[in-house]
Amino acid sequence: MDILNALVVFLNFVFIPAAAYGAQLALGALGVTLIYGILRFSNFAHGDTMAFGTAVVILVTWGLQSMGVSLGPLPTALLALPFGIAATAALVLATDRAVYRFYRVKKAAPIILVMASVGVMFVMNGLTRLLIGVSEYRFDDGARFIINVRDFREWSGLPEGLALRSTQALTLVVAVIVVAALFWFLNRTKSGKAMRAYSDNEDLALLSGIDPERVVRLTWIIAASLATIAGTLYGLDKSFKAFNYFQILLPIFAAAIVGGLGSPLGAIAGGFLVAFSEVAVTYPWVKVVGYLAPGYEPGGLMQLLGTEYKFAVSFVILIVVLLFRPTGLFRGKSV
Amino acid sequence: MSNTRQSAGYSAWRAPILFAVLAILFVLEGTVRNSMFSGSWNTSLAILNMGLLSAITALGVNMQWGYAGLFNVGVVGFLALGGLAPVLVSLPPVENAWQAGGSRLLAALAVGVGVLAIAKLVWTRTRSGLAITAILIAGFVAYRYLFDPAVIAIEANNPSRHGNIGGLGLPVLLSWLVGGLFAAVAAWAIGKVALGLRSDYLAIATLGIGEIIVAVMKNEDWLARGVKNITSIPRPVAYEVDLQNNPDFVGFAQSWGFQAAEASGIWVKLSYMTLFLVVLLVLILLAELALKSPWGRMMRAIRDNETAAEAMGKDVTRRHLQVFILGSAVIGIAGAMMVTLDGLLTPTSYNPLRYTFLIWVMVIVGGSGNNWGAVLGAVTIWFLWIKVEVWGPALIGLLTAAMPDGPLKLHLLDSAPHMRFIAMGLVLLLVLRFAPRGLLPEK
Amino acid sequence: MSGQNSFGNRGNRDASVVNTKGMGTIDGTRRSGPVGEGRAGDPFLIGEAMTGGYGKGADILHDCTISVEKGQIAVIVGPNGAGKSTAMKAIFGMLNLRQGSVRLNGQDITALNPQDRVKAGMGFVPQVNNIFPSMTVEENLEMGAFIRNDDIRQTMQQVYDLFPAVAEKRRQAAGELSGGQRQQVAVGRALMTQPQVLMLDEPTAGVSPIVMDELFDRIIAIARGGLPVLMVEQNAQQAMNIADKAYVLVQGANAHTGTGAELMANDEVRRTFLGG
Repeated sequence: MDILNALVVFLNFVFIPAAAYGAQLALGALGVTLIYGILRFSNFAHGDTMAFGTAVVILVTWGLQSMGVSLGPLPTALLALPFGIAATAALVLATDRAVYRFYRVKKAAPIILVMASVGVMFVMNGLTRLLIGVSEYRFDDGARFIINVRDFREWSGLPEGLALRSTQALTLVVAVIVVAALFWFLNRTKSGKAMRAYSDNEDLALLSGIDPERVVRLTWIIAASLATIAGTLYGLDKSFKAFNYFQILLPIFAAAIVGGLGSPLGAIAGGFLVAFSEVAVTYPWVKVVGYLAPGYEPGGLMQLLGTEYKFAVSFVILIVVLLFRPTGLFRGKSV
Repeated sequence: MSNTRQSAGYSAWRAPILFAVLAILFVLEGTVRNSMFSGSWNTSLAILNMGLLSAITALGVNMQWGYAGLFNVGVVGFLALGGLAPVLVSLPPVENAWQAGGSRLLAALAVGVGVLAIAKLVWTRTRSGLAITAILIAGFVAYRYLFDPAVIAIEANNPSRHGNIGGLGLPVLLSWLVGGLFAAVAAWAIGKVALGLRSDYLAIATLGIGEIIVAVMKNEDWLARGVKNITSIPRPVAYEVDLQNNPDFVGFAQSWGFQAAEASGIWVKLSYMTLFLVVLLVLILLAELALKSPWGRMMRAIRDNETAAEAMGKDVTRRHLQVFILGSAVIGIAGAMMVTLDGLLTPTSYNPLRYTFLIWVMVIVGGSGNNWGAVLGAVTIWFLWIKVEVWGPALIGLLTAAMPDGPLKLHLLDSAPHMRFIAMGLVLLLVLRFAPRGLLPEK
Repeated sequence: MSGQNSFGNRGNRDASVVNTKGMGTIDGTRRSGPVGEGRAGDPFLIGEAMTGGYGKGADILHDCTISVEKGQIAVIVGPNGAGKSTAMKAIFGMLNLRQGSVRLNGQDITALNPQDRVKAGMGFVPQVNNIFPSMTVEENLEMGAFIRNDDIRQTMQQVYDLFPAVAEKRRQAAGELSGGQRQQVAVGRALMTQPQVLMLDEPTAGVSPIVMDELFDRIIAIARGGLPVLMVEQNAQQAMNIADKAYVLVQGANAHTGTGAELMANDEVRRTFLGG
């Protein structure tokens, strides 16, 4: 039994990719859950908001690169991120003013906002296509690896290699910073508490002197920032393709619902749960098992499901959690 | 009550006028050739045929949304599932495929379903999570043990031409019903889970099942060759080539002043149109009859006041499940018809934006709860969807005519076809804002 | 309601897309009009000759007058549907007055919206949904003091002194507390603005008799501390026992007015409202 090699394989192919992916999902789900809590609808345009923000980041990155600006070992996209956030925040605020505010003032049922978000989704999808097209782009530059396979082998003397790509490490570091900042904001600042109060009880928040429109604006800005950051990290880690950002809506919604809609903590837990399950279920375990049980020769790859079915995993987790815990892991507002 | 009479009089003329305007658009498309219209009856009828299929889909969604308020965002999945039916029903059987692994495959599927049923039974009896887990794991292993070799054998059978299980060689019209049945079964399974919880989770559940169905069709080559596509699905109507070789038809076409090639295309499309119209009208008739029956009245009562209906002892969840299954079946029928019209099944083409959310635009624009509204909305939106792809570049070309040639102009011209997404979004937003009850509001 | 919701009840059951918990009903976009002069000899707070109803609906109040003096407790009682809560909401600016005026501490505040009435010194405790359930007790109080920019610690301590039971649970989510304690949090939240008048809409609805007595004790303590209290009460008997002034409303109009003791002695009031 070769635990060390098994562990290295596990870290390399399951833990690290899943952690990075989980962080990206968590950031996306946080945006969805905040909008659900404050604006009271599931935003179908969130995936396309992510795509739009990332597209702006990519365009600015190209601009910076053509001017010869770089961040050394870090991707230039980090420098472009604030521009992407600003553009996306401006877009969603304009959308709110033009579309959602009308229904909010009328106290319309949230389902109308859901419908409106489908319309916004179409428009944003078109905007992103106009902006950058439908092709696939890679826009990571700087150092590719923090730990690469050859160095690791030489250092450890193990036959198995371990790679930690800089985009994966970056994803985790940025996610931790963003999440910490968000929780500090929600739990410690007056504006953050006002947002939670508004989510809990709109009327009482109004009577307490909280300006609803300000809360809504803040929410959109935060959601746009989270979406742009999540989208950029996802794009750096994998690649940018507008349609993939639409597809990622399902795991993001699943993460938000599994965690309990309206609960930020739940969104994070849900994001990691979905990501780890997706990777674990679609990973061929034959190599890990080979190290753990040397004599055992399994017939196949020991892959529970093909990678094409990763969406099925988020779906199954969703159903199982809802069957056993209808309000989600962290008791959201959904029931 | 003058108010009521006024609104009733208003709507009595509204529908015929709007349908007439739509008809004029199609006639223009067929006769006038300029930058707006193609002047080709073939194009016009092709748009109309797909519009009619969209109308049937929209009808199904409208049954779920309009009658019961269920938000189904997995339309693409039910369409795709319906589209599987013509392949499995009407294609000729593939030689040796059944011998290679047919029985083993069926056994695997039976084991899969059986395990789920046993798990459900055990759960309701014992509520033991451990037992369920054990059953599911054992079941999964047994299923894969039977399934994997069967699939490998079937896919190894003449992979360049087949590699799939093939069909039953039955008439393709029968497959439309089977498509509805497929979708209904899937809807039953998903509705059973998502509608019974403390509150509904139907939207996310359908979003998930839609993705999964499309993923299965893309990746399970034994079923329908996956991304290698299935072509030459039998037609219920004549083939153009046969018509062109038929002297009677050529003479008939010439008597109307058409070339045989063009006329044969028009003839085929008209035949499809007739078939589709018959199905559409029968479905509308059934839907309207159902809506006026005691069952329909109860559905509306539940939708308008769920609490009261529940207090009166109506089983809301059960009724919702019924209407969800019926609506999905209609969507499945439309899916089968779409594949029949195209003559081929391309799983990669099932894009949720086009096959789920565009259908929703149709339903909302047409008028939630109004069957004729769904038809009007579907055909109108489909017409726009096709034409904006043409009009967008024309418009951009006009706007950029004065611009100097350069990368920006090129980029704008290149991306002009994407305008259709923005246009559809704007149509939906404008309708929601200014006529939220749609073009033909529910009475 | 069709204008408000063009889709009827459709889709509102699906928790994966809509969140109907905590939705508001008050129109937060209504702007306040100017503050006018009060009238000489006014009570501290008076809603005078109020006539009006909700939105464009029929009038519910007809020439109704309610007032409260400093240091006093005034209660509004009456049969179901008499417009008790409506009268209080009218004073708080939550419905359209067609006639009449509301004056507080020498100012005419008829044109102010509810938010601005809070800033003008009204503390209002709604009958239901009067706390932020997912926030801690302490955060509830902080939110009560949202409009204040000065040090709120002293006020918070006063609230904790007044309600020692909730002081112990200051780090607990308010939604997890018992019904009586939630009401205490709700009253405490309203007190955090340091209001000039406290308005309570049926504070004892749905709490046990023991809790009710305790709550009344606290309310008396608040009033004796100098803060006038205006209260709508279902339990007419107990309410009149502690009232300095009581208003019996019938069909949105003043039927009887007097001190609690006077009304208790009034045969007609006893017969019709107090059950003999």
